[in-house]
Amino acid sequence: MTRVLLIAAAFGLLALSPLAAWLFDDPFLVTLFTRVVILALAAVALDLVLGYGGLVSLGHAAFLGIGAYTAGILASHAFDGSAFMTWPFEIGGSAQALVTWPLAMLTGGLLAAVLAPICLRTAGVHFIMITLAFAQMLYYFFISLPRYGGEDGLVLFARAEFPGLDLGDDVTFFYLCLILLGGYFLLARRLVAARLGMVLRGAKQNPGRMAALGFPLRRYQLAVYAISGAGTALAGALQAELDLFVSPTLLSWHQSGELVVIVLLGGMGTLIGPVFGAAALVLLEEVLGRFTEHWMFVLGPILVLVALFSRRGLLGWLEARLSR
Amino acid sequence: MPALLFVEQVLNGLQFGVMLFLMAAGLTLVFGIMRLINLAHGSFYMVGAYLCALAAGASGSFLLGLLAGLAGAALVGAAVEFLVIRRLYDRDHLDQVLATFGLILFFNELVKILFGPRPLLLDPPALLSGAVELLPGLPYPAYRLAIIGVGIAVALGLYLLIRHSRLGMIIRAGATHREIVAALGVNIRLVYTLVFGLGALLAGLAGAMIGPLLSVQIGMGEEILILTFVVIVIGGIGSIKGALVGALLVGVTDTLARVLLPLAFGAFLEPSAAAGVAASLASMMIYIVMALVLVWRPHGLFPAEGA
Repeated sequence: MTRVLLIAAAFGLLALSPLAAWLFDDPFLVTLFTRVVILALAAVALDLVLGYGGLVSLGHAAFLGIGAYTAGILASHAFDGSAFMTWPFEIGGSAQALVTWPLAMLTGGLLAAVLAPICLRTAGVHFIMITLAFAQMLYYFFISLPRYGGEDGLVLFARAEFPGLDLGDDVTFFYLCLILLGGYFLLARRLVAARLGMVLRGAKQNPGRMAALGFPLRRYQLAVYAISGAGTALAGALQAELDLFVSPTLLSWHQSGELVVIVLLGGMGTLIGPVFGAAALVLLEEVLGRFTEHWMFVLGPILVLVALFSRRGLLGWLEARLSR
Repeated sequence: MPALLFVEQVLNGLQFGVMLFLMAAGLTLVFGIMRLINLAHGSFYMVGAYLCALAAGASGSFLLGLLAGLAGAALVGAAVEFLVIRRLYDRDHLDQVLATFGLILFFNELVKILFGPRPLLLDPPALLSGAVELLPGLPYPAYRLAIIGVGIAVALGLYLLIRHSRLGMIIRAGATHREIVAALGVNIRLVYTLVFGLGALLAGLAGAMIGPLLSVQIGMGEEILILTFVVIVIGGIGSIKGALVGALLVGVTDTLARVLLPLAFGAFLEPSAAAGVAASLASMMIYIVMALVLVWRPHGLFPAEGA
C-alpha cells in the first residue's frame, strides 16, 4: 500500500514541478526536471535488468548512446536534406518524433538482443566487465565517425516535430517526457508482475532450480535485456532532444556508472526507487554545485556511505519511515 | 613494413603490456582473494603519478619521486582498505561498485583541489634519458627498456612471494578457506590489508613510471582501469599468470593494431577513409579480442581455482 502511495507521490510531484519554475521565476528548473524524468526512464529500464534479472550491467550507456545517436543522426540528415544511406535502397533523415523515437527504441532493443547472447554466456563479475567492454567499443566507434561529429559530438538545430504539439516549448516537452516515463513504468510494472518477472526473480534466487523446472532462462533474460535496452534508448533519444546535442560522453563508462548509482541510490528491484534516485542525484548535484564547484568531493563520500549503510536505498528508507 | 620498425612496435607493445600487468596484478589479487571488485584501483595509479611528479619536481631526483609515489600509493591504499574496503568484503558486487565509484569521484576531485586541474609534466631520469642500440639501426629509448625490466622483475618477485613464501602460503590459503586460516591463528584482516596495500603499491609504481611518457592528469586512472579490466577478464580473474599473459596480449595487440591496420586498409581504400576505419577498428580491437576470448572461454584463459 505504501508503495502505491509513493508511486502516486513521485509522479504527482513531478507533474507539479513546472510550478516551481513559475514560482521561483527560473525557467531553467523545467530543464532540470526534464533531466530528472529522462534519467529516471533510463534507470527504470536498468532496474528491470539489475533489480529483477540480477544482471549487473555496467554498460547501459551503450543503449543511451545508441538511442541518442539514432535520433540525432536522423535529425541531422533531415536538416541538411541528405540521405542516411543510398544503397541498397535510399533512407533519408527524419525530423518526426513519431519516426525517430520508435526507431531509437528499435535500434536499442536490437542492439541488446544481439549483445545479450554473448554477454549471458558469462555471469557475475565477468558479466559486469563484458557489458562495460561492449559499451566502450561503441564509444570508440562513434568517436571515429567524423561525419557525425566524432569526438566533438553532433549539434541539432531544433527538437523533433510531434503532431499537434510544439516540442520547442520546454514545458510541453517536459510533460511528453513524463507521459513516456509513466507509460514505460506501467509496462515494466506489468511485466515484473507477470510470468516474465516471476521467472526472472526465480532465476536470481536459484537458477539451477528454475532450469530444472524447465524454464528457458536465457530466453527470458534476453527478453528483459532487450526491453531494457529499448527503454534506455528512448531515454537517450529524449536526452538528445533536450540538449539538442549528442556526444560520445553519453556512451562513456561514467554514464553507465551514474545509471547504476541512480538505481542503487533509489532502491533497486522496486522500479519506483530509481525515479526517486534520479531526482535525488540530479538535485544533489544541482544544490551542491551551487555551493561549491568541487561538488564531487562531497558526492563521492555520500555514495560510499550509501553503499555501506543503506541496503535498500531511498525507497527502503521512505517505506520504513511511512509504515512506522 | 621494415622488420626493424616491427620489432620497435612489438617492444612498445611489451612496454605498454608491462604497465597493464602492474595494474592488473593488484586488481586480480584483490579480486581473487577478497572477492572484491575495486573500481578505484586507478585512483592509486593517479596518486602514484602525482606524488612522483611533485616529489621529483621538488627534489630534482627521479628516484626520490619514485619512492614517494610508491610509499604514497601504498599508504593511501592501506588507509582506504582500513576505512572503507574492509566493510565491503562480504557484500554484493553492486555495493562494491557503488562505493568504489564514489571513491573515484572523491579522489579525482581531491587531486583537483590540491594540485589544480592542469596536467603535470615529468622528465625521465637523466641516467635513462638516452637510447640503446638494440640491433644495428634500431635505437630504442632506455627508459622504456627499463620499464620492461621492472615489469619482469615484479612478475618474478610476485611469483616467488605467492608460491614460495610463508606469506604467500597464507594468502593462497586465505583465498579459499578464510575461516580455517583465521582459526589457525592468522590475523587474516591484517593479511587482507597487506594484500590491498601491495596492489595499491604496484598501481602506484605503474603511475610513477608512466609520468615521463604521458602527462600526469586527473582521470588518467580511469583510462587505464578499463583496459586493466579487459586484461584480467581475458586472463581469468584471480590469476597472476593470467594477468601477465592478458596484459602482454592486450598491450601488443593494441599497439600493433594502431600501426598495422592503417597500412592494411590503406592497401585497398582511399587514404582518408582508410585512416578513419583503421583508427576506429584499432581502438575497438582489444574489446573484440576480449569478447572472442569470453565466447570461447567464459572464465578467461587461466581461470583461478575456486573462482
